[in-house]
Amino acid sequence: MIGQSPLRVLIAHAALILGILIVAFPIYYTFVASTQTLQTILKPPLPLLPGDQLWNNYSEALFGGVGRIGGVSVGRLLLNTTVMALGVAVGKIFISILSAYAIVFFRFPLRMTFFWLIFITLMLPVEVRILPTYKVMVDLGMIDTYAGLIIPLIASATATLLFRQFFMTIPGELVEAARVDGAGPWRFFFDILLPLSRTNIAALFVILFIYGWTQYLWPLLVTNSNDMNTIVIALKKMVSFADADTQWHLVMVTAMLAIVPPILVVVLMQRWFVRGLVESEK
Amino acid sequence: MATVDLNDVRKVYAGGVEAVKGVSIAIPDKQLCVLVGPSGCGKSTLLRMIAGLETISSGTVAIDGKIVNAVGPTERDIAMVFQNYALYPHMKVYDNMAYGLRNRGTPKAEVDSRVRSTAKVLELSGLLDRRPRELSGGQRQRVAMGRAIVRNPKVFLFDEPLSNLDAKLRGQMRVEIKSLQRRLGVTSVYVTHDQLEAMTLADMLVVMNAGLVEQIGAPLDIYEKPASTFVASFIGAPPMNLLSLSTESSANELERKLLGLAPPGGQAAMLGFRPEDAELVADAEDRSGALMLSATVEAVEPVGAETFLHCSAAGNRIVIRVGGRTAAKPGDKLRITATAEKLHWFDRGGRRLDSTSPSS
Ligand SMILES: Nc1ncnc2c1ncn2[C@@H]1O[C@H](COP(=O)(O)OP(=O)(O)OP(=O)(O)O)[C@@H](O)[C@H]1O
Ligand SMILES: [Mg+2]
Repeated sequence: MIGQSPLRVLIAHAALILGILIVAFPIYYTFVASTQTLQTILKPPLPLLPGDQLWNNYSEALFGGVGRIGGVSVGRLLLNTTVMALGVAVGKIFISILSAYAIVFFRFPLRMTFFWLIFITLMLPVEVRILPTYKVMVDLGMIDTYAGLIIPLIASATATLLFRQFFMTIPGELVEAARVDGAGPWRFFFDILLPLSRTNIAALFVILFIYGWTQYLWPLLVTNSNDMNTIVIALKKMVSFADADTQWHLVMVTAMLAIVPPILVVVLMQRWFVRGLVESEK
Repeated sequence: MATVDLNDVRKVYAGGVEAVKGVSIAIPDKQLCVLVGPSGCGKSTLLRMIAGLETISSGTVAIDGKIVNAVGPTERDIAMVFQNYALYPHMKVYDNMAYGLRNRGTPKAEVDSRVRSTAKVLELSGLLDRRPRELSGGQRQRVAMGRAIVRNPKVFLFDEPLSNLDAKLRGQMRVEIKSLQRRLGVTSVYVTHDQLEAMTLADMLVVMNAGLVEQIGAPLDIYEKPASTFVASFIGAPPMNLLSLSTESSANELERKLLGLAPPGGQAAMLGFRPEDAELVADAEDRSGALMLSATVEAVEPVGAETFLHCSAAGNRIVIRVGGRTAAKPGDKLRITATAEKLHWFDRGGRRLDSTSPSS
C-alpha cells in the first residue's frame, strides 16, 4: 500500500470519484435524456434528473416505431448486432487458437513463414483492405448477410499471437507427459490445452465481443438493407436527418439499449475469469 | 516383465551437439538401473530416447527384445516420472491418475478400481478430489508416481524425480521408491546426479561422463573398484583421495614411501584411497606394505557420527574420516596410513590399473 494516512486516502478517493464522474456523466446524461419528451430535449437546458417518459420512450423504441429507422425495430437491430459480435468473437477465437496450436506444437515445412504471414496481417487493419474485401463480398453475393458481416473480420493476428505466447509458457514436460499418457494431438488439444486456456479465452471473448459490437465502417459498407443494420449504424442513420426531425428521445433510448449487451458480457464474463484466475494459478 | 537393451545408442541434436556418444547397456528384467553423472553428461537425453520422446540418431533401443526405435512413446508401454512432476494442473488427482488409462480405452470400472488401489498404496486416498496446486511437494511427487504405477507399464522411467524435495523427504521417498519398485517388479531406469541416491537405489549403476559410459556394475562393486579416476571422484562422499604421482612437489616424498608397494602392472600416475580407509597412527616409523603420509590438518568437519579432516599431504589435499569426535584441530600434524589392499592405482589416462579390473 502506498498511502495509509487519512489525507492520502481522501485524495486518492477524490481522484477516483472525479474520474468516474467524468466517464459516467455522459452516460448518465444520455439516460436522463432518454426519459424526457422530445420537446424537453429540444429546449435547453436539459434537466439533470430523469423525467417521467421512461416507460413511454422505451416501449415506443422497442415495440412501436414503424417508420423510424426504415421500419426496423430495436429488437431486430440488437439481434443483428449480437449475431455479428458473437460471430466475430467466437470465430476469431476458434481460428486463432487453432493456428496458434499448429504453430507452437507442430513441426511442418514453412512453419515460420506462416507465422510471419499471420504477423504481417497485424499491419493491415480492416480499413486498409476494405475495398478489395468489399469487392470479394459483392462477387460472392454476401452483401446483406450475416456471413458478410462476420467472416472478413474473423482473421486475427492479435489473438493468434496471444495464444501463441500462452502456449509457449506450457512446460514441455506437460506435453511429454500427455504423449506418454497416450494423448494424441486432438486429445491433447481438448483435454489439456483448451481447459488450460479457459481464462485467456474468457478475456479474449470479452474484448472481441466489444470489438465486434462497436464495428462501424464494415457494417456500414456491407449492409444496404435496413433489416441487416447493426445498432451502431442505425443510430447513425437516426440522427442523419435535419435536426428538427430527429427523434432525439428515441435516439437516446437506442443508445442506452446499445450499451446494455456489452455491459452484460463484461459483468457475466468477469465472474468467469476471476474464477479462472483463481483456479489456474499454479 | 521386460528387459531394456541399448545398443551403441547415439544422439546428435539438431545444433550438432553430440549428447550421447555410443552407449550400450543391457538392463535385465525387474532391475532398477540408475544412470548417474554430472550435469550435461547426457542422462536425460538417454532416458528420453528410451521413452521415445527423442529420436535416436543411431544405434537401437529394444524393450523386451523388440526394437522400438520407430515406436511412439504411447506404444512403448512405458511410464515416466518427470522432474517437475508435470501433473495436469486443471485435473483432480483422480483424473491425473486415470487419464492415461482412459486414453487406452480401459473400462470405467477397471479405471476406478486401479486408481483407488494405487492411491491406497501411495497413501493418496484422501487427496483424490484435490487439484495439484492444493498439494504439497511430496504429495505431488506421489501423484506423479501414482500416475506411472497405475498404468502397470513394462518400464518405469524416472528423471530426477526427487530433486525438488527437501533432504528429509528425499530420503523417505528414496526408500519408498525402492520398496515399491521391488514389490511391483517393474524394470526401471532412474536418472539422478546425486551419487547417494544412485548408490542406495541401484541394482545396477551406470556412471556416465560426457555422453559415454564410464562404468557399469553393482553400486558397491563400483565403489570398491572404480574403473577410472572420474568414477572414483564421482562416487562416494567425500570423494576418493587422489594423489598425483607425477607432480614435482609430491614425486620424491611419495615415491620413497611407495617403494614397498608395487602397482599391479603398468605405469601408475595416480594413487587413490577412500577417506574411511585411512587410519591415524601414532608412530613415526614407516610401515612396509602400507602407504604412510604426513599430513597437516587444515579444517575439521564434524557431522555427528563421524568427523572429516581436510588435510594437506605431499602437496595434495586429502580428506580422511575418523569416527565420532576427535581432538584434532587445524594446524595439527598427523601420520596417516592406508594398507596396500585399500589403495587404487590409475594410469596416465585415468584408467584403473588392476589385475582383475572390473569390466567397464
Ligand atoms: N534440445 C536440445 N538441443 C540441443 N542440445 C541439447 C538439447 N537438449 C540437451 N542438449 C545438450 O545435450 C547435452 C546433454 O543434455 P542432458 O539434458 O541429457 O543432460 P543431463 O545429463 O540430463 O544433465 P542434468 O543433470 O543437468 O539434467 C547437454 O550438453 C545439453 O546442452
Ligand atoms: Mg537431465
